[in-house]
Amino acid sequence: MKVMAQMSMVMNLDKCIGCHTCSVTCKQAWTNRTGVEYVWFNNVETRPGVGYPRTYEDQEKWRGGWTLNKRGRLKLRDGGRFKKLSRIFSNPKLPEIHDYYEPWTYDYDMLLNSPSGEHTPVATPKSLLTGKDMKIGWSANWDDNLGGSLETMDQDPLLAKMSEEVKAEYEKAFMFYLPRICEHCLNPSCVASCPSGAMYKRAEDGIVLVDQDACRGWRMCVSGCPYKKVYFNHRTGKAEKCTFCYPRIEVGLPTVCAETCVGRLRYLGLVLYDADAVAAAASVEDEHDLLDAQRGVLLDPHDPAVIEAARAGGIPEDWIESAQASPIWKLIRDYEIALPLHPEYRTMPMVWYIPPLSPVVDVVTNTGNDGEDADNLFAAIDKLRIPIGYLAELFSAGDPAPVDLSLRKLAAMRSYMRGVSMSDHRDESITEAVGMSGPQMEEMYRLLAIAKYEERYVIPPAHAEQAHDLEEMGCSLDFEGGPGMGGAGPFGSSSGESVPVAVENFHSLKNRQTSDRPSSPGRVNLLNWDGNGTPEGLFPPEDGK
Amino acid sequence: MSTSAILLWVVLPYAAAAVFIVGHILRYRYDKFGWTTRSSQTYENRLLRWGSPMFHFGILMVIAGHVVGLLIPRQWLYAIGINEHIYHLGATWMGTAAAILTVAGLIILIYRRRTVGPVFLATTAMDKVMYVFLGATLGFGTLATLVYQVFGPGYSYRESISPWIRQMIIFQPHPEMMVEVPLFFQLHVATACALFALWPFTRLVHVFSAPIPYFFRPYIVYRSRDESRGAGSRPVRRGWDPVAAPQPRGKRGSNR
Repeated sequence: MKVMAQMSMVMNLDKCIGCHTCSVTCKQAWTNRTGVEYVWFNNVETRPGVGYPRTYEDQEKWRGGWTLNKRGRLKLRDGGRFKKLSRIFSNPKLPEIHDYYEPWTYDYDMLLNSPSGEHTPVATPKSLLTGKDMKIGWSANWDDNLGGSLETMDQDPLLAKMSEEVKAEYEKAFMFYLPRICEHCLNPSCVASCPSGAMYKRAEDGIVLVDQDACRGWRMCVSGCPYKKVYFNHRTGKAEKCTFCYPRIEVGLPTVCAETCVGRLRYLGLVLYDADAVAAAASVEDEHDLLDAQRGVLLDPHDPAVIEAARAGGIPEDWIESAQASPIWKLIRDYEIALPLHPEYRTMPMVWYIPPLSPVVDVVTNTGNDGEDADNLFAAIDKLRIPIGYLAELFSAGDPAPVDLSLRKLAAMRSYMRGVSMSDHRDESITEAVGMSGPQMEEMYRLLAIAKYEERYVIPPAHAEQAHDLEEMGCSLDFEGGPGMGGAGPFGSSSGESVPVAVENFHSLKNRQTSDRPSSPGRVNLLNWDGNGTPEGLFPPEDGK
Repeated sequence: MSTSAILLWVVLPYAAAAVFIVGHILRYRYDKFGWTTRSSQTYENRLLRWGSPMFHFGILMVIAGHVVGLLIPRQWLYAIGINEHIYHLGATWMGTAAAILTVAGLIILIYRRRTVGPVFLATTAMDKVMYVFLGATLGFGTLATLVYQVFGPGYSYRESISPWIRQMIIFQPHPEMMVEVPLFFQLHVATACALFALWPFTRLVHVFSAPIPYFFRPYIVYRSRDESRGAGSRPVRRGWDPVAAPQPRGKRGSNR
């Protein structure tokens, strides 16, 4: 047994209102730069829908993740080392920019500077790739709230697996939001696909990162990831991905997406797992067994043998304590209500989801029945096979049983807690129906519904004695391309040494603080400005120049 | 021996080699972040899907041919039964095939670079200079093969160019060997030298990143936080040692 720690996340989809705050704050923090205009480390998809990039879940087409070979051993679905290198000059499975969307801005300058005329001036959309006028036809959340989904919904790879009548009825039946970040898998196929060895899983906390200095732009990680959560920066020619906000995690702060989530639906914490058991668990034959296999890889942090092995493996004492207090462990193993996203990809993803009950409640309420009555809800869960089948395609490789159980627990919690708060009546028959005790149910309620900050986020800071090593680590994505704020290096826009965050901040602060007069009138499109360099006309001339 | 011959066939190649080697070391030392293929596949794939493999597999064949023709003395090949006639046939026809593949691939790639908007915008000045010299080197090499080998009487460069290169490698230059060489071969060699001198400052550096270690490493890579600093990306510069608590006197060396 080799105990390792993994920083992971659970999202409670019941509470997601699809506001995209996580996406926007993440973008501001990480991908607000040229070259990654089209990149959303965090995106929110409306399901059913085609996702971002379009139809990424169709692994017959994109061939990401792992599969089993004839001898029942794991292999990369798109082929092993030889096949990868034979396709290195042109990766046939790489999504093109149009599979994401062509990034654009608007010619806002037109609104200010056009001469007076008969018609109101309009800001025409301009492509950020070519600079030319473009027609906007797709984006990262084009089918938000099922918008236009009559046109596109039949492209949803999950619906394609379901029957025709289901497809026709779907839109009436069910809709929910799915926020997605990198899964920071235990068995990451992007890492396995990287020819340069630039991608790695951090031994301390399991965060999967790209070493920007070692990446050579072979693009195999992008096609290797079944979730399509590694992106190619077309300006620097390097891969970039969700970093799990490691600079924040290292000092005990939650990720930006979690911190800013208005629904407070994200949970962060450590789990301990047995690294030696990962490969065996990822290669169980029946896809329906993958969920249990992955649960089995996670180790009980209260088990003395595990604690002993964790100490022997060099995991610090406060990290073990954090793993014991981890909301992730509770949601995955104690309550068994959190489920992984697409376990059938065999990457052992570590961002899990609590499936949404609210659509079921809505159906019950809309029929005029009591949406908080346990029997009504249980009956509805039994009857609503369509949404359950769809959720099962997402979270349990098509096996409805785990989704069913998870929703039943949520339904039981709902009606049990109504009894508690309305009449102080604790009806244990409800909790027993889902195999839980009353106090356990109240604990779960506290974690899910009250969701206190310090219970949602149990993040042990990285160790002080290591702190100097963590500062400004090399794989950070926080530089745009050129050295300093000056722009390009000698060999093109991406060359030159990487610039520490502090230096970059220094320059931008200096720019801001010395700009005490309005800038000279010029044609600057602020939305085209990536925050680097000093475009002409943006800042007033410095005094003394 | 004329001065121009010495300049062209001794000074230029050695200077190019020096720039090539030192340039790569410096670039790797100071610009790891810029060391990439700078792929433009996300912009456009229809033309690249054909052009890029054609060019790259072609150029690999071309390189293999040059190694056999230039670096291996012909007596060694005679010894394993490859006589002048067999060699000439093989070199000419396989070489021509490789050249056609490479040049056709390059033409597709340059056409793509010029006509596809985003790809053209992502082209740096250095890329353009590189394309000129790469195209010239390939063009003169192909011309030399066509003019002298395919349609001409055949020129035995293994009596002049090959020994000249081997003499250069052992630092005993014989520039006179190159003086009588036909013009297109001379131009091919000269532009190649210039290309080598440019090499470390272009995206061509990605040639030295050929991911051979991928065959030998385990699929999943783990790195420790400490390692990722040391293996590094950002080396600790002199005078910027991290601040650490001083060791109390007498305890030095005892803990760790």
